[in-house]
Amino acid sequence: MALERWFRRQRPTRGDDDATPAGLWLKCPACHAQLYRKDLVAHLHVCPECGHHERMPVAARVAMLADEGTFEAWSGRVRPVDALGFVDIEPYAERLAAVQQKADRPDAVVTGAATIEGAPVALVAMDFLFLGGSMGSVVGEEIARAAERAADEDRSLVLVAASGGARMQEGALSLMQMAKTTLALERLAARRLPYVSILTDPTTGGVTASFATLGDVILAEPGALICFAGPRVIQQTIKQDLPAGFQRAEFLLRKGMVDDVVPRAELKARVAAVIGLLRAGAPGTGT
Amino acid sequence: MALPFEKPIVDLETKVREMRAYAAEQQVDLAEEIVLLEQRLERLKRETFEQLTRWQRVQVARAPGRPTALDHVAGLVEGFVELHGDRTLGDDPALVAGLGRVDGAGVVVIAQQKGRDTKENIHRNFGMAHPSGYRKAMRMMGLADRFGLAVVALIDTPGAYPGIAAEEQGQAWVIAESIRTMARLRVPAVAVVIGEGGSGGALAIGVANRVLILENAVYSVISPESCAAIRWRDASEAPRAAEALKLTAADLLEQGVVDEIVAEPLGGAHKDPAAAVAATAAAIRAALAALRGHTAEELVRARAERFRHMGRVLEASA
Repeated sequence: MALERWFRRQRPTRGDDDATPAGLWLKCPACHAQLYRKDLVAHLHVCPECGHHERMPVAARVAMLADEGTFEAWSGRVRPVDALGFVDIEPYAERLAAVQQKADRPDAVVTGAATIEGAPVALVAMDFLFLGGSMGSVVGEEIARAAERAADEDRSLVLVAASGGARMQEGALSLMQMAKTTLALERLAARRLPYVSILTDPTTGGVTASFATLGDVILAEPGALICFAGPRVIQQTIKQDLPAGFQRAEFLLRKGMVDDVVPRAELKARVAAVIGLLRAGAPGTGT
Repeated sequence: MALPFEKPIVDLETKVREMRAYAAEQQVDLAEEIVLLEQRLERLKRETFEQLTRWQRVQVARAPGRPTALDHVAGLVEGFVELHGDRTLGDDPALVAGLGRVDGAGVVVIAQQKGRDTKENIHRNFGMAHPSGYRKAMRMMGLADRFGLAVVALIDTPGAYPGIAAEEQGQAWVIAESIRTMARLRVPAVAVVIGEGGSGGALAIGVANRVLILENAVYSVISPESCAAIRWRDASEAPRAAEALKLTAADLLEQGVVDEIVAEPLGGAHKDPAAAVAATAAAIRAALAALRGHTAEELVRARAERFRHMGRVLEASA
């Protein structure tokens, strides 16, 4: 389910967190162009040369979607617990403490209220840099609360998925978050509030197999890996080469699994348009 | 076909059998010795099974000869009529579904079926469903809702199948949808982990009002082998991964993931399938009986509550 190892291998070696002081120059992992760091950030972490969409720090993600100055955080009040006393080559509790300190956040998700082109939303952004964006009890709880609060406050839900799947260090409790988050979305559905899910690189495993693919409208970023089982797992199972572009956003669009692939620069406008249109129905009609 | 830790038990069983045969053949009275030996066997079994490591439980959960879903269906359901197909892609033999009665009341059965031998295992894809299987399951949930039939879900899968077609057909999408469809059921739903509860592929049919698990069954976010491959970078560390994942029936009861453990016959369900099937059937009957008489709204709300509280978090004081 979690594919952290694979992603670690794939992850470009660079500092892509605004908090980490990195070199002024970066190399695009796709076209190898030399990029001035500030240019890349100004381009929403999309390579100006080839259009490659890099993974984005969660703060930048919130900033690019929320209207300026409107984001008010909800998340951060629940903290993870090492319920299983999980130890592999390193205790989960220590791993967690280290990444919490680095991220200055209890877990792998940010939620809050904002407007998007004036539309009131609950905005949820997952952080792949935090233990692979994996979903344990806290990520599940924050997403569930955000969905419920959105329903209570008459907001649409806009969720940016980026996750390796359920967090194995919290065992079956992580698995149960798939049901918990799905159930929380029921309140939004009951109030006929739109849920727009944005799938970014990568969205896999138990996150893809729960709330992330239950959006009323599902948008994906160009080139994003979106799957249930990761390419390596499949390759090991079937011992065959995988088709070109397999499990990428464009492939899934062709297969009918996402509504559209939207370049990052156009994403905010598209989300706003979709929300506006979904909320344009005649009152008193529909179920 | 004995599991590694079963060897002393099997040896002793053989000895008892041999002594019986010898006594009969030679017409000598060895009754006393046989009783003593049987007592020793009983004690050995009890001690062995009380002390099973989590990895050993995983092995019992997967043991050949363990009753499969269809064995449980035969022991539980009267007049079972299997229904095929998802009306879109095909019919998935890894997920069996149909209609029947339990204690006279109509039920819909949704069951993950592993093979009882290699041939059936290949046919059943080792209990690993494709999207078609989950679509069939959702179709059955629709029938259950329309006709007011309780749902009995039997979980026994290493996981949803990881393959090219499965991904192209939206494995993740159907699992998510199945979770949602089951959450919305306006009828009672009972799920039982009878062997292996493998991740999202298991949960897809596990969103029930009551979730039971057999004593030696396991339910996990990831298989110990895959967990070991990722966390230890070595699949052979699976025994350690099994320990870390806390995936046994007792662990899950403690975590609040399951509501009840169904005791297995001493030595495991594979040693006495008939007794295991009977015990499971009795537990399912009781669970269904306890859910009878509730309104649709109560059932939906109770199920939502059950899963809404899953997980452990620390609430920071404001």
